[in-house]
Amino acid sequence: MDWHILAQQLVNGLTLGSIYGLIAIGYTMVYGIVGMINFAHGDVYMVSAYLTAICLAVLFSFGIDSLPFALLATLATTMLITAAYGWTIERVAYRPLRGAPRLAPLISAIGMSLVLQNGVQLSQGAKTQGVPSLIPATLRFGEGHDFVQITLVQLMIIVVSLTSMAALTWLIQRTSLGRQCRATQQDRRMAAILGINTDRIISMVFVIGAAMAAIAGVLVTLNYGSFDFYIGFVTGIKAFTAAVLGGIGSLPGAMLGGLILGLAEALFSGMVNTDYKDVFAFSLLVLVLIFRPTGLLGKPEVEKV
Amino acid sequence: MPPVAAAPSTTGVRWNLVFRQAVLEATAAFALALLLLGPIVGLVLDGYQVKNELQRPLLIAAIIAVGRFLVTLAMHTPTGQAALERFNARRRQPGVLVVSASESNQQRWWLLIIVAVSLTLPFLASKYWLTVLIQAMIYVLLGLGLNIVVGLAGLLDLGYVAFYAVGAYGLALGAQYLDLGFWSALPLAAMLAALFGGVLGFPVLRMHGDYLAIVTLGFGEIIRLVLNNWLEFTGGPNGVSAPAPQLFGLEFTRTARDGGIPFHEYFQISYDPTHRFIFIYLALFLIVCLMVVVVTRLRNMPIGRAWEALREDEIACRALGINHVLVKLSAFMMGATVGGIAGVFFATYQGFINPMSFNFFESALIVAIVVLGGLGSTTGVIVAAVVLTILPELLRAFADYRVFAFGVLMVLMMIWRPRGLIRPRRRAFEVKGLCR
Repeated sequence: MDWHILAQQLVNGLTLGSIYGLIAIGYTMVYGIVGMINFAHGDVYMVSAYLTAICLAVLFSFGIDSLPFALLATLATTMLITAAYGWTIERVAYRPLRGAPRLAPLISAIGMSLVLQNGVQLSQGAKTQGVPSLIPATLRFGEGHDFVQITLVQLMIIVVSLTSMAALTWLIQRTSLGRQCRATQQDRRMAAILGINTDRIISMVFVIGAAMAAIAGVLVTLNYGSFDFYIGFVTGIKAFTAAVLGGIGSLPGAMLGGLILGLAEALFSGMVNTDYKDVFAFSLLVLVLIFRPTGLLGKPEVEKV
Repeated sequence: MPPVAAAPSTTGVRWNLVFRQAVLEATAAFALALLLLGPIVGLVLDGYQVKNELQRPLLIAAIIAVGRFLVTLAMHTPTGQAALERFNARRRQPGVLVVSASESNQQRWWLLIIVAVSLTLPFLASKYWLTVLIQAMIYVLLGLGLNIVVGLAGLLDLGYVAFYAVGAYGLALGAQYLDLGFWSALPLAAMLAALFGGVLGFPVLRMHGDYLAIVTLGFGEIIRLVLNNWLEFTGGPNGVSAPAPQLFGLEFTRTARDGGIPFHEYFQISYDPTHRFIFIYLALFLIVCLMVVVVTRLRNMPIGRAWEALREDEIACRALGINHVLVKLSAFMMGATVGGIAGVFFATYQGFINPMSFNFFESALIVAIVVLGGLGSTTGVIVAAVVLTILPELLRAFADYRVFAFGVLMVLMMIWRPRGLIRPRRRAFEVKGLCR
């Protein structure tokens, strides 16, 4: 293995990992507070990929070709609409089920995921869609055939995800909303008794998670340029793997888990086999859940009787 | 959600306030629906351009707004209040309904009629409907199998399709490499599926609820991806062909391939390609009947009761000394076996399989069958499987909306009746001759 291939895979893995981390935040926050897997989260990410393409197409059809403005406007619009999706999903499919048998919200989440997937397929068609490559520039290190290249989009992905994770950490650690979130996560009933509107907090968590997934959706769409209605499923499970790996319920865990999973997957596909990289990721999920279900940074779950 | 707080008053509702609230809520619903659906439904991607179809989201949003308005108004009438009360009461119903022995005896006549109709149906149906019936039967079998795992034992298995795939590939690859026929593959594939169930079940048993669901989902995907990528062994996306079934060595083809005598020559009847399907249907029907009997018996046996007890409260069961590992493992393996048998039938009826038939949607569909039928209710599962496979055939025009409707149904069912449409029944055992 040459050093430049290794370095290239590290760069790819870092990009992939920060995306997984962004999506994993949605899983981990919801699991931390409500204790359920939001199966529709991966599909929310898929919706944001479609929204990105639609938004860019509309902007360009109006002749707006200032790239920074177009990107910012796309990001803002996508985050807004995707957040509305997160809010609605919680309101429609999960809130009526508080206190129902344990299986019920999970099944309802699967139903929601099917609705989103098929709704998008029905309205947008089943074929693979795409966006034009807007930022073709790349940075190259090394000479001749031995080089490592980082596209500007990859750089953007790493910077933007690190920034948004930092912003989110600040939000959770420093603001009043964040404090309420943490309180709700620790003990929902007690938080409600102490005057926190826990329903509102749960909605906010869904909104924040969806907005993070929207950022990931925009970045991935710009990076790969193509997507279809099925991408939410695979990416969703992998992001969930990242959340579990890091310790579900823990925000830094989600980021760490995302980075580890992304790096592991990139190295695996670079060194072993590209065909089996999804098998590798899923096997990792199974292994982690068997041997360390609390993840790297998670706290052990106490069974309450 | 409809406002629950509004007290039912007999002295009259302040309708002007209610009306204002309804208008406000309808407007909000309209705006939200437009925000959600506007871009996704209204602007259709066409290459790097979009086509403007904004009238669609406007229409949907208008329908939602009107619906919301009417619902809010209706919730304030006495009838609406009563309906809401019933709705909430239904959600609080307990899981199992206990019926006395005399009550359940009345169902026997129905059973006879259903069996008679099911047995004559294949001889009357056209080839197209015969294939639909076979498909329905396969889903009944799958539903019954998953019902043991999800409905009775309460372990949500989202990778059930993996065992289905093991059965189907067991037949196809067994025929290809080991020269197995349908009848020899049937028990072997079932055992193989049970083995897979055990292999998956054993490490997974330490988890419960959501973790279990996601691990089984991952396992199902692993199996599908391996089938898809292992080109040399499984044929990858190109699939493999499965052998046609035989009845005591009689083939259902026009001319015998391996030197035997075809079915129609042996019985001196004219050749008809539907014979094969009738045979598959009848064999399937027998297996389904067998399964129903087995499951009913099991539910009354200690193992079945342990499954259900474990579903209701695992910690209490462990405290009472039930070996939860053994109990869960038995449910898993039992379910997997049934899935494997269904897979063999699927392969032989299709004659050809590829990994596309075993994706996550298939698993979700089987879960939907179990959930809609009522977790744990055998009758419910059978009805749901038949309805969910035959209804889309009747409504061909709406075939595209099938998955969408399943998703909506799953959400609504969970809100309306988290325990399923038909509540599982259990016969009461009446103790006679004991002093009170």
